[in-house]
Amino acid sequence: MTGFQRTIATLGGLAAAAALVIAFIGSGEAGIALLAASLVLALAGMRHHFSLWPQARVDLVASLGGMALLLSRLDGDMPTASWPLLIACWLFGWLAVEKTMAARNLPKALSSVLSLAVPVFFGAWIIFAWEVLTIGLQIPTVLLPPPSMIAVRFAESTSILWADFQQTVIKAALSGYILGCGSAFMVAILIDRVPFLQRGLLPVGNFVSALPIVGIAPIMVMWFGFDWQSKAAVVVVMTFFPMLVNTVAGLQATQAMERDLLRTYASSYFQLLIKLRLPTAAPFIFNALKINSTLALIGAIVAEFFGTPIVGLGFRISTEVGRMNVDMVWAEIVVAALAGSLSYGLLSLLERQVTFWHPSNRRKTP
Amino acid sequence: MSQDSNSIPAIRADRLCLTFDSNDGPVHALKDVDLTIEKGDFVSFIGPSGCGKTTLLRVIADLEHPTGGAISVNGKTPEEARLAGAYGYVFQAPALLAWRTIERNIGLPLEIMGISRAEQAERVKRTLELVGLDGFGRKFPWQLSGGMQQRASIARALAFDAELLLMDEPFGALDEIVRDHLNEQLLQLWKKTGKTICFVTHSIPEAVYLSTRIVVMSPRPGRVTDIIESDLPAERPLDIRESKRFLEIAQRVRNGLREGHSYD
Ligand SMILES: Nc1ncnc2c1ncn2[C@@H]1O[C@H](COP(=O)(O)OP(=O)(O)O)[C@@H](O)[C@H]1O
Ligand SMILES: [Mg+2]
Repeated sequence: MTGFQRTIATLGGLAAAAALVIAFIGSGEAGIALLAASLVLALAGMRHHFSLWPQARVDLVASLGGMALLLSRLDGDMPTASWPLLIACWLFGWLAVEKTMAARNLPKALSSVLSLAVPVFFGAWIIFAWEVLTIGLQIPTVLLPPPSMIAVRFAESTSILWADFQQTVIKAALSGYILGCGSAFMVAILIDRVPFLQRGLLPVGNFVSALPIVGIAPIMVMWFGFDWQSKAAVVVVMTFFPMLVNTVAGLQATQAMERDLLRTYASSYFQLLIKLRLPTAAPFIFNALKINSTLALIGAIVAEFFGTPIVGLGFRISTEVGRMNVDMVWAEIVVAALAGSLSYGLLSLLERQVTFWHPSNRRKTP
Repeated sequence: MSQDSNSIPAIRADRLCLTFDSNDGPVHALKDVDLTIEKGDFVSFIGPSGCGKTTLLRVIADLEHPTGGAISVNGKTPEEARLAGAYGYVFQAPALLAWRTIERNIGLPLEIMGISRAEQAERVKRTLELVGLDGFGRKFPWQLSGGMQQRASIARALAFDAELLLMDEPFGALDEIVRDHLNEQLLQLWKKTGKTICFVTHSIPEAVYLSTRIVVMSPRPGRVTDIIESDLPAERPLDIRESKRFLEIAQRVRNGLREGHSYD
């Protein structure tokens, strides 16, 4: 056990002890379950000084137990002792993760499960703390609704959300993304052959990517109408130049020696392109694809603020904010966040498959 | 092969000049180089760095264009020879493509030259054995040591069976022990295949050990100062390097290098 882990354990134990003391002073208000939970967590913290059951799962169980208790007693009038207990739960959860991550020689399967479990656990903790804090502190829902309320709204409005998702993510963002990235890729290959275009087009590209979306979007609405086509056009403009610049840079990233090598084989332009230059450019291209997946979503949503039929993530967000239906706004944000992380994750996965050879992805035993 | 084509030299340079334009004025990388290399020769180029060894090899390979004089490779222009796949070139670094396995790296020239898949597999297997890398074909370059990578790059140059092998300090970055070993293997390979080899080095023992002829060069301007024929026996164990004859030849090379230096 490292000094750092011991510090977390001590702090966790102290927080639980504080909860215990406050629960006693509050006489009865806290209830027996809260008293017991505080006692258990305080003991869990102390056990480290006697080297008893040092396993991470003990800390995890203690933490989850405390969390379950807090959830079960969640209302606007929580006893004061709940707050130090919440901190204690958080510290023990952290400690469990710390211990597991620090353990060496984990079996391969377990370590890959863990690499997924840790972020999930972390995310779950944020949602938990959010729930406890918003309800326990009676934060007005207009400011920040608790996750449970958002979840209920989400479940009740799946058909609306689905329609919005299709309109904004599939029709506007995805088609714009494919069109923007695809055409930028082709243009990059073309201008790579014509140095004049490179010198002329790339500065223009930088200029266009500096244009604010709030300026482009209304113009695109005038050009392409209210429906998703104008949003796709905004996305095309936003994604085109990142892809162009990255692909051009990637195509130039080959080393002179590698080019000479292929020259000694009398390789044609297309052989050089396919066997050397595109593979070298792949990490650059994936970089652009990932950046653009986020840009496309932002572009499609924000563009809907400037005129749209009565469907779409951006439309819904702007109208529901006006009606103070903040839970619906949050449900739409959840949809956008899911779509964004999913596409980013898929792209990262694909990137690791394609550019496995790149120093940043190498495994010594593939 | 007919008697006639055998009598054509592998390389013939005639008052070959190459001047680079740089910011500090022209650099005479090669000046009036006269040289004839017969088929089957093992020729080393030796000289201090900057004397134009790499440039000369690159001119032969049509990677650089001479600014004066004439050069022919197998009786053709360098460009014709390059397009005909007349030579294999081994660079100073392995230059293996990281996304291809060793096998597919070695198969790269065959792929580009449009050789059938079956033939490719057969040749890759043969050259892998030739350089002692059988069993490593499925590895990626970054999973092998520097010495193995360099051997893979030699295998790649051998894979399409060119008559001429151009090697630019192929073992320069390797340690002494690996280098000795690869020198021995290279010599074996040369005897087995009867190829013409042009080998750039700046190590005197390496040049004497490997070559039938040693071309001594000197810088500013880059030129040939001496050509030394070696009469060491074809059979050369590593300890031939302690023999009297070997040391005599090495001394001649050293003197040649020193004379080149006294020029400036
Ligand atoms: N592309 C180039 N542009 C300008 N000068 C060059 C270029 N390549 C080589 N040189 C110069 O030509 C000379 C010979 O270089 P090189 O053939 O690489 O020498 P060596 O291989 O013998 O060390 C050096 O002075 C070098 O600086
Ligand atoms: Mg050199």
